[in-house]
Amino acid sequence: MRLNPRAALGLPMVLTFALAALAGPWVAPYASRAIDLAHELDPPSRAHWLGTAENGVDVLSVLLHGARLAGTVSLATVAIALTVGALLGGGAAFVGGRLGGALARLTDAAQSFPSIIVNMAVLAMVTRPGVEHMVLALTVTGWVGYARVARAEVLRLRDREFVTAARALGASPARVFFRHVMPNAAGPLVVQATFGLGAAVLAEASMSFLGLGPGASASWGALLDQGTAHLLRSPRLALIAGSAIAITVLGFNLTGDWLRDRLDPRS
Amino acid sequence: MRLLGFLARRLGAGALTVLAVATLCFAMLHALPGDPCDFDLGETATAADRAQCHRERHLDRSIPAQYALFLNDLAFHGMGRSSVHHDRTALQEIAEVWPDTAALALCATLVAWLTAIPLALLAATRPGTRTDAAVGVLSLAGMALPSLWIGPMLIGLFCVALPILPFPGPDASGLAALALPSLTLGAGLAGILTRMGRASLREVLKEPYITAARARGLSELEVVVKHALRSALVPLLTVGGAQLSALLGGAVITEKIFDRRGLGSLFLEALQRRDTPVALGCVVVVAATVVLIQLLVDLAYAAVDPRIRVE
Repeated sequence: MRLNPRAALGLPMVLTFALAALAGPWVAPYASRAIDLAHELDPPSRAHWLGTAENGVDVLSVLLHGARLAGTVSLATVAIALTVGALLGGGAAFVGGRLGGALARLTDAAQSFPSIIVNMAVLAMVTRPGVEHMVLALTVTGWVGYARVARAEVLRLRDREFVTAARALGASPARVFFRHVMPNAAGPLVVQATFGLGAAVLAEASMSFLGLGPGASASWGALLDQGTAHLLRSPRLALIAGSAIAITVLGFNLTGDWLRDRLDPRS
Repeated sequence: MRLLGFLARRLGAGALTVLAVATLCFAMLHALPGDPCDFDLGETATAADRAQCHRERHLDRSIPAQYALFLNDLAFHGMGRSSVHHDRTALQEIAEVWPDTAALALCATLVAWLTAIPLALLAATRPGTRTDAAVGVLSLAGMALPSLWIGPMLIGLFCVALPILPFPGPDASGLAALALPSLTLGAGLAGILTRMGRASLREVLKEPYITAARARGLSELEVVVKHALRSALVPLLTVGGAQLSALLGGAVITEKIFDRRGLGSLFLEALQRRDTPVALGCVVVVAATVVLIQLLVDLAYAAVDPRIRVE
């Protein structure tokens, strides 16, 4: 069996990110805000492998602590958004009728509004956003994608023979939905969740870049914000922070693409 | 006549949608805990100051009365006065940045379509070749590489390492200052459009009418450009419309990277200064634009595909 090039490229990226998110804060050489004003914006050295950022904070440590934040936020966001979206979108399509139609229109309307505006508004409502606010802000817009996928899948599966058979055997609607329909919709939802993890990492970085992130935690987006401010003096910062974000997002996209070919029956 | 009726109905529905968005925002603001005057006055405010602030913002009135005043401001008083620049209305603030936003959105869209269509044509007519694979990698890169990365890299490349373009800032203006932000935003949009365009063209090229066109002796170029491209465009229009909507309010990241003004940056600033009228105004303008663009997309559908009629 030959390894798919997208998987060969994407999976290592995702695994590196997962490892950094898991172990990062333990292996990081410094605390995420260990201030050393004598060594501000220093180039890489033996003490600071990737150099230092504003206030002499070690860049490698910020990356490792930031991976934890990105990992936590993306995992929590996708878990909640996937559950809510799959239940609402799948449920609406399964029930059908007026309620189903109304929910479908609601998701269409929510889809067409730029999500970044909503994310910003939710985060700006709290004075000091924390991780939980970030997750909330991203979930408010994130569920829509899963709802659409779940809806399409359930509409495709709803009248298939095996579902009718389950109904004819006397299974309750809830049992038909959870035991017969949804397991068969899992593939496309897993694909969507893979893309969703990348999108959540990017959204967290974007919000932190705009200064709306959890200020108490180290974040790749906040590091990139410093990087763009010091682009002339120290372009290294933007390069490192931007690449961390880009590689992670690229990894999830490549993996999602590969999974789509394997799991999505429509492609 | 049918078109007029269609327009009237869609504009009416659109106005209702915008009203619903505005009402939702109003409801959310009033459901929030805390006093909006706290932020303006600080902790040392006296009870009299507080009462005065409440009177000025009509916070002493009942909720329905406040809602009526809110709608009145929205419709007839330039969406209300900015609570930071008291002599200016929200609409004035928005109108000031609107040209910058529109210019960037238009240029980015142009960049995206002008790259995506040739690339899609190239890939779709040569399926399974190296060209096809290269276009596939390119479009995936465009889709997956965030503007957070592309933007600073482009600045580093063209303004620092190889300084042929002005370093971004409030002084940079004109087309030279628009080039890199348009490229940053356009790359991502082009990635999606290329991939969709290729898939759509592949489907269309399998249709019997394409075989018929070939049988009539038309050149391959004519077949693809004149006959296939037109119907292949239809699914792309929806995506293009959604992208344009997203550009108008959602270009805030690119605006910040390139230190540009725009609707997104104005919204962020208004949120951070607790300038509620301006923030609400931005949301309402974005909602109205989304509705209008969707209407234009539907009209474009009918123009491109004669099988689709507006009704």
